[in-house]
Amino acid sequence: MTQEHVAAPEFDYGLFSYDSKEQMLDKSKEFWNPGKTQFWIDSGVPLVIDRREEYFIYDMSGKRLIDAHLNGGTYNLGHRNPEVVQAVTMAMQHFDIGNHHFPSLARTALAEALIKTAPAGLSKVIYGSGGGEAIDIALKTARHATQKRKIVSIIKAYHGHTGLAVGTGDDRFSKLFLSDRPEEFPHVPFNDLEAMEDALRGRDVAAVIMETIPATYGFPLPNPGYLEAVKVLCEKYDALYIADEVQTGLMRTGELWGITKHGITPDILVTGKGISGGLYPIAAVLATEKAAGWLNEDGFGHISTFGGAELGCIAALKTLEICSREETRSMVHYIADYVGKRLAEVQATYPDWFVGIRQNGVILGLEFAHPQGAKYVMRHLYENGVWAIFSTLDPRVLQYKPGILLKPEVAEEMLDRTELAIGKAYAEIRNERRS
Amino acid sequence: MSEMTYEPLMVEPAGVPRGRAMIERADWAARAYAKYDVATVNRIVDAAASALAARAQEFARDAVAETGFGVVEHKVLKNVACSTGIVDAYRGQDFVSPEIDDVNKIVAIPRPAGVVLALTPSTNPVATVSFKIILALMTRNAIIISPHPMAKKVCSAAAKAMAEAAVAAGAPDGIIQIVEDPSIPLINALMTDERTDVIVATGGSPVVRSAYRSGNPAIGVGPGNVPVLVDSTADIQKTAARIIESKAFDNSILCTNESVVIAEEAIADKLLSAFAREGAYVLKDEERDAIRNTVFPEGHFNIKMVGKDAVWIAEQAGLKVPAKTRVLVAPFDLVVPEEPFAHEKLCPVLGFVRVPTAERGIDIARAILRITGAGHSAAIHSANPDLIMKFSAAVPVLRVSVNVGNSLGASGIQTNLPTTMTIGTGFAGRSSVGENLQPKHLINYTRLAYNSDVREVMPAFAGLNPWVAPAGPVPAYPTASNDRNNAQVPAPIHREPISQDVAELRDEIRKLIVEELHALIKN
Ligand SMILES: Cc1ncc(COP(=O)(O)O)c(C=O)c1O
Repeated sequence: MTQEHVAAPEFDYGLFSYDSKEQMLDKSKEFWNPGKTQFWIDSGVPLVIDRREEYFIYDMSGKRLIDAHLNGGTYNLGHRNPEVVQAVTMAMQHFDIGNHHFPSLARTALAEALIKTAPAGLSKVIYGSGGGEAIDIALKTARHATQKRKIVSIIKAYHGHTGLAVGTGDDRFSKLFLSDRPEEFPHVPFNDLEAMEDALRGRDVAAVIMETIPATYGFPLPNPGYLEAVKVLCEKYDALYIADEVQTGLMRTGELWGITKHGITPDILVTGKGISGGLYPIAAVLATEKAAGWLNEDGFGHISTFGGAELGCIAALKTLEICSREETRSMVHYIADYVGKRLAEVQATYPDWFVGIRQNGVILGLEFAHPQGAKYVMRHLYENGVWAIFSTLDPRVLQYKPGILLKPEVAEEMLDRTELAIGKAYAEIRNERRS
Repeated sequence: MSEMTYEPLMVEPAGVPRGRAMIERADWAARAYAKYDVATVNRIVDAAASALAARAQEFARDAVAETGFGVVEHKVLKNVACSTGIVDAYRGQDFVSPEIDDVNKIVAIPRPAGVVLALTPSTNPVATVSFKIILALMTRNAIIISPHPMAKKVCSAAAKAMAEAAVAAGAPDGIIQIVEDPSIPLINALMTDERTDVIVATGGSPVVRSAYRSGNPAIGVGPGNVPVLVDSTADIQKTAARIIESKAFDNSILCTNESVVIAEEAIADKLLSAFAREGAYVLKDEERDAIRNTVFPEGHFNIKMVGKDAVWIAEQAGLKVPAKTRVLVAPFDLVVPEEPFAHEKLCPVLGFVRVPTAERGIDIARAILRITGAGHSAAIHSANPDLIMKFSAAVPVLRVSVNVGNSLGASGIQTNLPTTMTIGTGFAGRSSVGENLQPKHLINYTRLAYNSDVREVMPAFAGLNPWVAPAGPVPAYPTASNDRNNAQVPAPIHREPISQDVAELRDEIRKLIVEELHALIKN
C-alpha cells in the first residue's frame, strides 16, 4: 500500500469538507437551493457563515461581520451563547428530544417558567418546533375556541410559511403554492382601525393576529393606541387577539414581551426564534384558559413529534432566564438609548437620504429615500463589516436589530461602520442618478 | 426517582454568569456616569449618603445580628462617619471638573476608573460598603460590591438603599450593584474579568493577594497589628482612657485597633492601674494563659472571638471578670512570632509588655510589625517630640497616631487624616497605595499640555466643561419612537438637592456624631 500525500481540504468541518468557497457555492446551487444561493451572490452579499461567536459571524473567507440582524432575534443572546451552550450540553447527557405522547419533565418546567413570566391571564403552553407551526397552533386554537374560521391579519404581515400561517401573509408566498385563501384570511391595512372594524363587524372572525411590530414589513410602528383599540374591537366582536411576539418578545423592546408595553393581555401569545437560544429549535404558544379549551377536550388534538423537544426546552429555559434578568433589561435600555442617539446623529447628516428611524427598544427599521434603498445600505454594510437585512416586504427599510447583550465597545464599532455604510450607499445612489 | 446518568462536565458554578452580567451592566452605567457634571454628581452623592445615614441604626443592628461581631452603637457611629461624614469631609472638593493651571499651561481632566469591584469585610460591613460606594460615586465610577458572605444580607440591604437613592437623584441605572450570593468562583470571575477596571480589596491577606494576582489594577490593603508605645512623659490618665476606649470600640474589629501596649517600665504599673479604672481587667498569669488558649487555640487565632465582648471571651476561658469589663489586658514578656499575643487580635484582648527605656520600646514595636501589620499603623502616647519623631521614622508603618486612640485615629475619625475604612499599607505592606483610601485613588487625569515655548499662548479654558447634567433618567426608557411626546415614561426623576426632612435628619445625625466624638474624647 502506497501512502499518497493528500493536501488537507482548506475547509474541513469534520464530517464534511470543501476545497474552496466557490466549490461550496456551486454545491449549494447543485444540491440545495439554487434560487436563494444565486440571489445573495447577485445582491453583493456572498455570505456563507462559518465561524460564529458573540455578535460576530465570519464568512468562509474569514471576513468578520457584526450581526445586526440576528435572524429576527434568533441570536438575541449572541451566537453560541456560552450559558445556553452549557445548559444544552449538560442536558444532552440525560435528555433527548423526548416523547411527545407523554407528560414530559422539561416541557412542563418550561411551560411553568413561561407562564410565570407572561402577561397575566395566559395559563397554558402548547409547543411547536418552529414559529410557523406555533402560529398554526395559535390559529387552530382560536378556531376551536370561537368555532369560527376567519383570521384577520395585516397586509404585509409575516407569520411564517406553514399551512395556515402562510394564508395570513403576503400573496407572493401563498400563490406560489396555490395556498391563498382570501375568504378565510382577509388582510386589512396596518394602522387602519376602520378597516379593522369593517373586517370584524360580521362577528365571523375567530381571531386577529398581529405582530406587535410587523418585522418583515420593515417595523412600521403601530400608531399610539392602535393595538389597544384593535384589542377592544376584538372584544366587541368576539374575536381573539393573537400577539405574534416571535420578533418582539424576549426583551427586545426593553420589556420581556413587547405587548405588555401596550398594556394588552392577549388571548394567545406566540414566541419562537430567540426562545431557542439559537441552539435548538423550539417555539411556543401561550393561551388563556378560555382559549385553550381543546387541551381538555382532546389533548392529542395537535401532534408534533419535535414540538417542545426537551433539549429545546432546556435551551429555552436558560434563554428565558437570561432575558428576564434585571441586568439584561437595564442593558437593553442602555443599548437602545445609545443606538437611537447615534442613528439620529447620522440621520442629521443625511436628512434627505436617511429619512426615518422606527425604533422600539433594540428593534429598529431604518428608512431610506429610494424604493430599494435598504438593499444598497445592506450591501455597503456588508462590505464594511455589519450584517443587517432589507425588509422583504418593504425594501426601502433596513431591519436593524442589535443584540440585547451588546457590549458598549461593539455597539460603538457597529455604529461607526453603519455611519460609513449609510454615507457610501448615499454616494452610490447619487452617482446613479447623475449618470 | 431520577438519577442523572451522565458524567459531570466542566461546569461554571451558578452565579458566575450572573456576575458577568453585572459587570456588563456596570460598564454601560460607568460610561454614562463618566459624562456627568459636578452639580449632579454632588446631588447623587448626597442622596446616597443620606439614604445610608438615615438607616445607620438599623443597619448597625442588623450587621451585629448577622455577623455576631461588634457593638451596635459603635457601628452606628461608623455608618454615619462613612456616609454623610465622608461627604462632609470632602465637601467643596471637586473630582469632576477640569483643573486649569494657567502658569504651566496644563489642564487636567478627571477620568474615572470605570467599573470598581469592591471586596468588603465582615468586620466593618456596612461602613465599608458605604465608604466605597461614596468614593465611587464622588469620582463618577460604577461600583460592584462583593460583600463578605457572613455579612451579605445587611450589605445587600445597605447597597440597595444607596442605589435606589442614587438613581432617584439622577444616577445611571445600575451604577451601584451588589453580589447577593458571593462565592469564591464568582469573586474570582469578577476579579479576573477584563472589564473590571480596578479592584479595591479590604479583607484578609488571601483576598488582597488574589486581587493583586488577578491581572487587573488593584488597591489592596493588608492587615494591621498595632504597637502602642507609652513613655514616661505621657499623661497616664488620658492615655489609659484613650487606649481603652479605642480598644473597646466596636470590640476591636477595626483593623486599626491596638494590639500590644509597650510601656516604659517607670510608668508601667501606673498605666495598668489606670487601665483598670477605665474598665480594663488586667489578667494574672494563669488567667492570661487561659485566655491565650481560648483566643489562640493551638497558636491560631480563633475567629469565633472576632468582635466579641470581653466578658464573653473571659467566660469562654472559664474566667469570671467584672461585668463592666471592656478590655482584657494580657501582660507578657517576649515579642516573638511564637507568642500569640504578639499577633493581630480582632477582639478586646490587649497585649502588654514592659521595656526599660523608650528607645528599647521602638525595637519592640518593630518586632511586632515584623510579625504582621507592616505598612499599617502604630500609636504613641508621649509629650516628647524627639521620641515621637524617632519612633515614627523607625517603625515601618505609614501612619502614627499621637496621643489619640488608634482605632479612630488612623482611620481619620479622630485625627485630620482622610476618613477611611481602607488603610493603604504601601510598599511595606505590599500594597499599591500608602495613604488612607480616598477619592483621588479612583480617578486618573488626562492632562492636556501646551507647548512650553512662551510664544505659544494657552487660551482661556475657564468655563469650558465637557460634562453635562443628564436630561432625564439614564438610560431613557425605550419608548416607541412615534410615541415620544406623550410617552408614559416612568415618573419623572426627582431634581431637588435633597428634601427638607433629609437635611434636618442629617443635621441631627451630625450633632449626634459630634456628641459621640466628644464623649469618646472626654473619657
Ligand atoms: C413575526 C414572525 N412570526 C412567525 C415567523 C415564523 O417563524 P419560523 O420561521 O420559525 O417558522 C417569523 C419568521 O420570520 C416571524 O418573523
